[in-house]
Amino acid sequence: MQTKGFWPAGVMVILLLAAVPGISRGITVPDTVTLNSQSKLYKPFDFNHAKHIQIMRECSYCHHHTTGTLVQDPNCIRCHRNSSKTKIVSCRGCHLADPFSAAAIKENNPKNYHNDTPSLKAAMHRNCIDCHEKMKGPSGCQDCHQRTKEGDAFYNSGEFVPRNKPAKGGHSGH
Amino acid sequence: MKRRDFLKGCLISGAAASLGPPSKSWAVGSFEGYPDAMGVLVDTTRCIGCRSCEAACNKEQNLPEPQLPFDDTSVFEEKRRTTENAYTVVNRYETKDGQKPSYRKMQCNHCNEPACLTSCFVNAYTKTKEGAVIYNGKVCVGCRTCMVACPFNIPAYSYSSAFGPVIKKCVLCYHTRLKFGRPPACVEICPREALTFGLRKDLIKIGHERIRATPDRYFDHIYGENELGGTSWLYLSRVPAEQIGLDETVGNEPIISNVKEFLGMVPMVLTIWPALFTGFHLLATRNKEHGDDHHNHSEQEDGKK
Ligand code: SF4
Ligand code: SF4
Ligand code: SF4
Repeated sequence: MQTKGFWPAGVMVILLLAAVPGISRGITVPDTVTLNSQSKLYKPFDFNHAKHIQIMRECSYCHHHTTGTLVQDPNCIRCHRNSSKTKIVSCRGCHLADPFSAAAIKENNPKNYHNDTPSLKAAMHRNCIDCHEKMKGPSGCQDCHQRTKEGDAFYNSGEFVPRNKPAKGGHSGH
Repeated sequence: MKRRDFLKGCLISGAAASLGPPSKSWAVGSFEGYPDAMGVLVDTTRCIGCRSCEAACNKEQNLPEPQLPFDDTSVFEEKRRTTENAYTVVNRYETKDGQKPSYRKMQCNHCNEPACLTSCFVNAYTKTKEGAVIYNGKVCVGCRTCMVACPFNIPAYSYSSAFGPVIKKCVLCYHTRLKFGRPPACVEICPREALTFGLRKDLIKIGHERIRATPDRYFDHIYGENELGGTSWLYLSRVPAEQIGLDETVGNEPIISNVKEFLGMVPMVLTIWPALFTGFHLLATRNKEHGDDHHNHSEQEDGKK
């Protein structure tokens, strides 16, 4: 679950810059971002960034307070009207891949406001799935992620579908 | 663990749970739970019912192959409960607000003052300082008192294991993860972070903050903050807890308070104990003879220690 770094702009990106005024010049924008490259259960897949830019036209729907757009969330505006982390654009720049490590939990200062920042995985799945449901896009797990053999075994699915007879006496005993 | 010592040797039958309202005169000061107890905040507004947590638990705890794949959503047609083969299940609830259904994961709630623990006369249960309620299968005699005592109907009885733990339930991944400071397997896999792992006291703050920041999203209540003296697993929901199958009639008094009242009857219980024990034992042995043609080679957490 990791986004790859942003690579140099291609012709496509230049076209996009012309088409989407919201993008601040000077940042290179990837056409695709390979996601899930760390997972064992799913094959990596190329997120079609360019297509999403075409559809959304507004970076801040996903990159909320970044990419030069103004803070939109009323909850964030309370503090960040003029001070947003506009320099950090990639998701993993703020969203941790390992949010529940002992170190991360220790660092959790209850006095900090941003204690409840979703993990990288959660930030994507919450953003992506919620929007896909709203826009009637694909929202099933395997609509985006193709499972590996290991993944099929993990979910007891595909070639690992259980063939066993229901276990005798295998109820909870109540 | 003073209260437990207090109860040690006191033989409490499951009947304790059915006694009337607790008598305040027995109050021995409030036990707030261990200060460093961990917990999990279940935000049901985020859960999409993907059942990945069920799959992760199955693998982590070496549980037997399920009857249906973990990506099969037909399981939602009925309300399932935890069994000795599934320490956690996700159920779907149609809510009264007419919005899309809610999903809720269930498992042992790892109570601050666990009724299973206080009801167990062989002290099979331990509440660890990390908050997990674990049990020692080697001493469990299979009397099933804890099954009756648990207000959430969690411990399941294994008919299939001839030896070892006969009572089975979620252990908060204590032996494989929690004691090494790692999050439970179900938490780690959840794609939506419907499960947030952390110090219980931090999770309560986080929960209230989520409600405050996005009041439209939540019913203003964290189930488990106070219920039954508090639990390590906490629940946020769009609708009142009862609509997602959480019992709101349990009250905020731990079962132990009822037990305290029951202690007045202990001498009587002591007298009838030998007979009771023999009964339990017969029951346990008899049931063990049934249905053990289905072998479960998972040694459970004791085998992994
Ligand atoms: S939920 Fe039931 S089994 Fe789990 S700790 Fe509480 S009383 Fe014990
Ligand atoms: S904490 Fe561990 S044992 Fe409990 S439900 Fe999650 S994965 Fe299963
Ligand atoms: S893994 Fe998370 S989102 Fe999926 S069913 Fe479990 S709690 Fe819900």
